[in-house]
Amino acid sequence: MSLKAFHVVFVTASVLLSAWFSWYELSRYTDTKAAMDMWLGIGSGVAGVTLVAYGIYFLKKLKNISYL
Amino acid sequence: MEIPYTVKPRPDTGLYNAKLGIWLFLASEVMLFGGLFSSYILLRVGADLWPHGMLSIPIGTFNTFVLIASSVTVVMAWANLKLGNPGKFKFYMAITILCALGFLSVKSYEYYVKFTHYDVWFKDDATAEKYFKAAYGEKGPEEVRELFVDRFHLHNTNAKYDPAQIQLVGHIAGNPLCTNLKKLLAAKQETIKFTADPPKGSHEHPHEIEVKLSDVQRLSAYVPAHSTFFAIYFTITALHGLHVLGGALVLAYFLFTVDKWWKKAPEQFTNRIEVGGLFWHFVDLVWIFLFPIIYLL
Repeated sequence: MSLKAFHVVFVTASVLLSAWFSWYELSRYTDTKAAMDMWLGIGSGVAGVTLVAYGIYFLKKLKNISYL
Repeated sequence: MEIPYTVKPRPDTGLYNAKLGIWLFLASEVMLFGGLFSSYILLRVGADLWPHGMLSIPIGTFNTFVLIASSVTVVMAWANLKLGNPGKFKFYMAITILCALGFLSVKSYEYYVKFTHYDVWFKDDATAEKYFKAAYGEKGPEEVRELFVDRFHLHNTNAKYDPAQIQLVGHIAGNPLCTNLKKLLAAKQETIKFTADPPKGSHEHPHEIEVKLSDVQRLSAYVPAHSTFFAIYFTITALHGLHVLGGALVLAYFLFTVDKWWKKAPEQFTNRIEVGGLFWHFVDLVWIFLFPIIYLL
């Protein structure tokens, strides 16, 4: 597996973590009403969307490099 | 003697040798961290009480962001070598190393905070109650019990606990690092000045109190010997931190020798960066699992 393929796996794991962490923090916010929880939830959601966009850009940029 | 298959794939494996080598090494690393993750899970499910909220989520989140960013920059460094651009390689690799140093600095700060934060257990209930009242006023025992219930999420479970396990949590005046009752007594100290943590729902620390060491049964900073939680926490995160340090040293070597290597053997050097990047991704992937398990769940 090349660095390209491993990077795709890594970005996928990061997107999943961002999505779950966003849900986790926003659920906590409904209980605590703490601004920090809200911003962490929103920030993590934004980071997840940014990572998806980056992943698509990355795949287009390195389309000529092998996955092996 | 020339080392074979540093650039071209070996016919039988289809890979250049270093790539096969790094994947074999990463397989052994999976077993190492897998064993520690399994230990963590077994210790946790077997424990009567397991603490929550002992670590700062914003700090952990920041470090997660730093490591994800470093994985992006290490790939960018490699991609720029593939495109024949060593100048941009230097830029991205320098950012990767700065991210690694940033991660380690933040982790060191986290460790420092833990090493100066103390739990104090008293010899009997009556003595404990006296200090709880001294720290928090007449409602002291309820305040301390509430902090204890919150730490172990006892409102969510039917877990039973021994009231003697309830401790006073806070800082010793002067913020001594990793001290304990034995060391304080050996230093002929009879009392300590102690500031308890704020009560639940508040950010204001109560006033400082004086604690007689003769009333104390146990006093421990948040070090591995404190509890099973901190033992496994420090074991896994310190091992991970060593991997970050090792990876950063190797990547720094590549950064400082790029000019020489690029003239001599550009394709071999690009492959070395790929191998370094694979290790770096593995280290970051470990953190992607570590962060939710240790900080959040």
